[in-house]
Amino acid sequence: MTDLADLTSDVRIDLRLIAGLIEPSSRVLDIGCGDGALLELLERTRGVDARGIEISQDGVNAAVSRGLSVIQGDADSDLVQYPDQSFDYVVLSHTIQATRNARRVLDEMLRIGRRVVVSLPNFGHLDVRFRLMFLGRMPVSKRLPYSWYDTPNIHFCTIRDFVELAKDVGAHVDQAIVLDGTGKRLPFSLPWIVWNLLGAQAVFLLSREDR
Amino acid sequence: MLDAPLTETDAQASLRRSEADNPSSLVMRFGTDAPLTLDAGPAIAPWQIAYQTYGELNDDRSNAILICHALTGDQHVASTNPVTGKPGWWTLMVGPGKPIDTDRFFVICSNVLGGCLGTTGPASTNPDTGRPYGLDLPVVTIADMVRAQAMLVTGLGIDKLFAVVGGSMGGMQALQWAVSYPERVFSVVAIATSYRHSSQNIAFHEVGRQAVMADPDWCGGRYLEEGRNPKKGLAVARMAAHITYMSDRSLHQKFGRNLQDRDALAFGFDADFQIESYLRHQGMTFVDRFDANSYLYVTRATDYFDLAADHGGVLANVFKGTKTRFCVLSFTSDWLYPTSESRAVVHALNAAGAPVSFVEIESDRGHDSFLLDIPEQFRIVRGFLTGAARARGIAGPTAEEAR
Repeated sequence: MTDLADLTSDVRIDLRLIAGLIEPSSRVLDIGCGDGALLELLERTRGVDARGIEISQDGVNAAVSRGLSVIQGDADSDLVQYPDQSFDYVVLSHTIQATRNARRVLDEMLRIGRRVVVSLPNFGHLDVRFRLMFLGRMPVSKRLPYSWYDTPNIHFCTIRDFVELAKDVGAHVDQAIVLDGTGKRLPFSLPWIVWNLLGAQAVFLLSREDR
Repeated sequence: MLDAPLTETDAQASLRRSEADNPSSLVMRFGTDAPLTLDAGPAIAPWQIAYQTYGELNDDRSNAILICHALTGDQHVASTNPVTGKPGWWTLMVGPGKPIDTDRFFVICSNVLGGCLGTTGPASTNPDTGRPYGLDLPVVTIADMVRAQAMLVTGLGIDKLFAVVGGSMGGMQALQWAVSYPERVFSVVAIATSYRHSSQNIAFHEVGRQAVMADPDWCGGRYLEEGRNPKKGLAVARMAAHITYMSDRSLHQKFGRNLQDRDALAFGFDADFQIESYLRHQGMTFVDRFDANSYLYVTRATDYFDLAADHGGVLANVFKGTKTRFCVLSFTSDWLYPTSESRAVVHALNAAGAPVSFVEIESDRGHDSFLLDIPEQFRIVRGFLTGAARARGIAGPTAEEAR
């Protein structure tokens, strides 16, 4: 059995995938940017104008100390400050599950950015289902190391749930990349139901249909 | 009342007098051909600005950092103060290998307009009368201070500053620089500051000014000619202000209800408590180094400060189109310029699309935290300046691990 930790702990794949979706020299806002690893990667490899928001003081300190334009703030309350369409990309990397109002956050992201990149751990993955079904426990892993009672991750969803939410806020899925437990891309030809079962994490590129 | 005798040696008084006109630091003098225009209306000329520099200006003049001092600070940011004999006020931040690394940057720090350590202020000699200006000096603003600094920077042959850095009133000047001269500032570090003085800020300053002016030795502002000094009033002003620089928690940790040099309450009005003794000491040492009228001018300047006022009250409009990079820092226990005010600046900068870094640093030492040994602050300023230097194409501060 593959541990959920092993499925999602390969940060570099996640970051590389996102970096691959972003056009060079664009303006990028990373919400929940942690210590700024993705922003630094984007600055160095894509030459983007990178900005970040992070809620934890440790994360902001580390990011600013790296010379990044990162502010301490909350995705749930601070996105209203940004003007419409002020970024080429707004990124939410493994953060949506920690927002209080994920729908509103996604809505705000689509307002601020021309395109939106969301990566998320798939709670519909086989391993999670296995743990719940046979062990009867909420999954705890290296990447999501919190017990159910003190986790900041309050809104886990499956790939399918997220696609529904995207549709709900009027977003078009321009691209979807799903990785299995070993970090390999699942073939595009597979149906959603397989992605939702075998995908450990997913990266979505969204835009508003009406724009 | 302050019970200790407030005597001052003639030497101290005359030293302060001489520093006002002939500072022992560098000074740039401007004649009647280069008047300084003031927000209050009239221009002053001749006038002068006292400053210190540290480090060396590089060949393309792109590594200059201007440090703006706080209310009662001075140009001696990293050099010995000639009046007090004490080391510079920000040696933790500025020096070889420090975040504002004098091995890499050319650092300028000037005494503010309205100050009393060599830049034109109320203690300076009024060229029209040959007597100290006193209250005949027009009221000055933060923008006036910055205008004076800009003339100094131009005089030093520098077109664009790599950074303007300041805490408290110095942070106001740093923000004002980005507004008054957006093309001349590559980056701004604004620490423990605000975009405007709140009603509470003005209230505390008014208490201080009234204390000064209520002292019979103030003589309507003409005490220098009368050979007097409103020390009691100025000391009380400093005592009140000093409380605002600390947090309830830090006062309690430092002094609690501890008694001063006694085992029991004296049932009198001497300094029974350590906190009383401490504040009296703060007040008394302050009057030896600072001019009472200058105190009126610099507090007034901060009271008048309101960046949004000239922009229809909308702070976001203030920074519209700015290309300057900003680093905004606040401290959790600073109730004089609370985090909410830094956050308002950050939101305005976000709305303007400006690159901004913002951190609220955990500290229970109140507003004064920016002057204290808070490692987080230095790490962040070092990191910010490193990133900004990379973007500017100049050498950044020495890496922390290399020290």
